[in-house]
Amino acid sequence: MTGSVAVALSELELDALTELVNLGVSNAASSLRELVREEILLSVPKVVVVTRKEAIANLGERDSKPLVAVHQDFDGDLRGRALLIFPEAKSMELVRAIVGNDLSLEDIMELEQEALAETGNILLNACLATIANTLQRTLRISLPEVVHGLGTEFFDLTQSPNLGDSVIFIYINFSFRSRDVQGYIAMLLDLPSLAMLKSLLGALIERTQ
Amino acid sequence: MKCKVLIVDDSKLARMAVIKALNALHPDWPRVEAGNADEALEHINQELPDIVLLDFNMPGRDGLTFATELRQRDPRIAVAVISANRQVEVIDRARAAGAAFLAKPLTEQALGDFFENALKQRQAAPS
Repeated sequence: MTGSVAVALSELELDALTELVNLGVSNAASSLRELVREEILLSVPKVVVVTRKEAIANLGERDSKPLVAVHQDFDGDLRGRALLIFPEAKSMELVRAIVGNDLSLEDIMELEQEALAETGNILLNACLATIANTLQRTLRISLPEVVHGLGTEFFDLTQSPNLGDSVIFIYINFSFRSRDVQGYIAMLLDLPSLAMLKSLLGALIERTQ
Repeated sequence: MKCKVLIVDDSKLARMAVIKALNALHPDWPRVEAGNADEALEHINQELPDIVLLDFNMPGRDGLTFATELRQRDPRIAVAVISANRQVEVIDRARAAGAAFLAKPLTEQALGDFFENALKQRQAAPS
């Protein structure tokens, strides 16, 4: 946790946000499991409030190799970007897990973009929908977009919806139990949404009492 | 019959949700909270609970590992693993550990059914 923005959310509100993401990603993993028919392992989610620069540095540190990301932007009461990120070298393995082992390499390569977009769509939508439903709000979710590059580039994209300088950066690692595929789900929340987020989390806490 | 309930979850909000359901069902049942498996063990070493409600995805030992430990320690403890992670492998491992699986968000109905089963088994078991 860095900077004064962290103080803006109370300990219980941060706890609620982490649990909310945990619910979202757990639901998402349950959906992905149906698609790949094998268990998806999840880490405990981490929620940090950082500057956009720190978020980019964090992504760079985690992996300096080329990455693939599927991202979807959301807006409504909360605004930001959700990303599914994994090493480019593993993307074929991920596609193979989804479409099965029977296809030829050519077929798999042809399906790559589509399969990645669909995987991202299932995971990120399940995650965002759970968050929206739990907060009793509607989020508009854009279509998935597949981008290749370095982690440091993903938050610099020009289409990024007016994200401010500070962001809430949420990430959770996932891996397949029996395939060598690891990646993570990251979510960036636009800090201008912070006041709204604070009030939505407050209402959620109120309902839970 | 009153049961002693131990609630283990790293999230305070998740523990609040469990307590809300517990209050609606059995407001008179004594309960303690723990944020992780080690903290839970400290409580257990002082007083053995009748029922343990466990989160799955926690820092340190996860709920499934801890459920196995608890059931080995005393099979009379009724254990439920509570998670939004509904993958069949997770549900199967919970059952193999002798624990029930309850989906998050937790409903009063699901918790009530689990309590009823736990009470039945307790009454049937030799003390």
